[in-house]
Amino acid sequence: MRIVLIFMLLGITSSIHSQDVSTLVAKVKAKIDQVNDYTAEGKMKTDVAFIKAPVGKVKVFFRKPDRFKLQKDGGISILPKGGISINMRSLLTTERFLALDAGTILLEGQTLRIVKLLPVEESSDVVLTTLYIDEPSLLIKKAISTTKENGTYEMEMQYGNFSQYALPDKVIISFRTKDYKLPKGVTLEFSDEGKPKTEAEKLKNRKGRIEISYSSYSINKGLPDIVFK
Amino acid sequence: MWTLFQIELFKIFRRPRTYIAFAAITALIGMVQLGLKVDGKEYASFVMADFNSTFTLEGNLLNGYFVCFIVLQLLLVHVPLLIALIAADMISGEANTGTLRLLMSKPISRLEFILAKYLASVVYTIMLLVWVALQALFLSMLIFGTDDMFIMKSSYAVLIKSGDVFWRYAGAFCFAALAMTTVAALGFLLSLFAENSIGPIVATMSVIIVSTLLSTMNIPLFNLVKPYLFTTHMITWKEFFDLQVNELNEAIPGSLAYPEKIRTSIFILLGHIVFFVGSAALIFQRKDVLS
Repeated sequence: MRIVLIFMLLGITSSIHSQDVSTLVAKVKAKIDQVNDYTAEGKMKTDVAFIKAPVGKVKVFFRKPDRFKLQKDGGISILPKGGISINMRSLLTTERFLALDAGTILLEGQTLRIVKLLPVEESSDVVLTTLYIDEPSLLIKKAISTTKENGTYEMEMQYGNFSQYALPDKVIISFRTKDYKLPKGVTLEFSDEGKPKTEAEKLKNRKGRIEISYSSYSINKGLPDIVFK
Repeated sequence: MWTLFQIELFKIFRRPRTYIAFAAITALIGMVQLGLKVDGKEYASFVMADFNSTFTLEGNLLNGYFVCFIVLQLLLVHVPLLIALIAADMISGEANTGTLRLLMSKPISRLEFILAKYLASVVYTIMLLVWVALQALFLSMLIFGTDDMFIMKSSYAVLIKSGDVFWRYAGAFCFAALAMTTVAALGFLLSLFAENSIGPIVATMSVIIVSTLLSTMNIPLFNLVKPYLFTTHMITWKEFFDLQVNELNEAIPGSLAYPEKIRTSIFILLGHIVFFVGSAALIFQRKDVLS
């Protein structure tokens, strides 16, 4: 009888918690939903072990519910596969997920609520998303998304001038990269002699990172379809 | 000397054989451009299959700069053979037609004669490369447009901003001119030892093929001689398309990853030119011209 009571109590507690978390996620979503569309300008830095790329200017376009485009200022852009990770809003586009409370964590002096989001639909590419939410400001500070096709992505957001719209000033996306190698017969490289080892070491054993620092946002001004083509 | 040089140029550009190289280059580059225009996306996705499994590339990847890089990679292995056609014929051609003895009976210094002939073959080489540049770079820019340049190397990829590309091509073509001038010098030297053109042309081609094979094979025994072979340094033009990275792994626009490698290759190629032309001048000074 006592055991049954304990289980009942546990069930009630978890249901209360899960309700709290659902409310919290709903509030976060409501804050995010203030923005119907935005255009942002910023700088993108690609830090991948086997890619040498300079910092480039980028323009980002978003329109509800999930239209998103990142355009490099007149150039080629390299993005991790599964652009979902670039855009935090796409994590919360659907309401068909289960929110589970996973406690709190102290991150850079801030107590953040950890929320695990499990999509209800089987067809969803995202298997699990973990959100680190700052409850007082209703801002997602960090998100880890595991996808079926493209592995796990980690996103860190830093907020500033546009925090009232839940728009970050800086987004850092980390992801695992596969080994890269092309046969020397294809690249016609005959030897590596003369290349300093430090350079080769720099290019090894590093996790991929894309860093976007936004300098300006233009919010709710309307965006035509042609922008996303 | 100037008159001799002009006469030699006139002789080179009067022969129909000279234009075979220009026609061959036009056909080769045209074929590559046509192929890439029609099926370029498939080619790019094949080469980038490994890369595309992790990343998405957006932008005009198959632009004029990239096409020119592919053309140069394919072509700069074969251009030496076209240069050998002319350079290895410079002295032996005269011997074959019997005009060398006649020329030597004129009051001209043998050194001036040799230098005028070599400089004329250098002009031909440079004109051939200018033709390559016009076709491979400028025509490709017109056909495919311009954008950032994305190059795949064997262990890493490099993204160069479009504004940072042109000077690299200028450097690469100047370097290629030096490399091809070395080939011309070799052909020129070998042309002293025969009285018909076929021998020196085939000998020059053979030396280039054997040296290229030695440069390509990664066998410890050959690794000892590799750094001194001119064919190893002929491909250093590619170093113009590599960027230096800072501690934060940010590529520095306008930088070269291994400038010292370019410098070393320039010195080695210049050394070869001095050796080949110097030897040719020395041998010709003492040569008993009988034909």
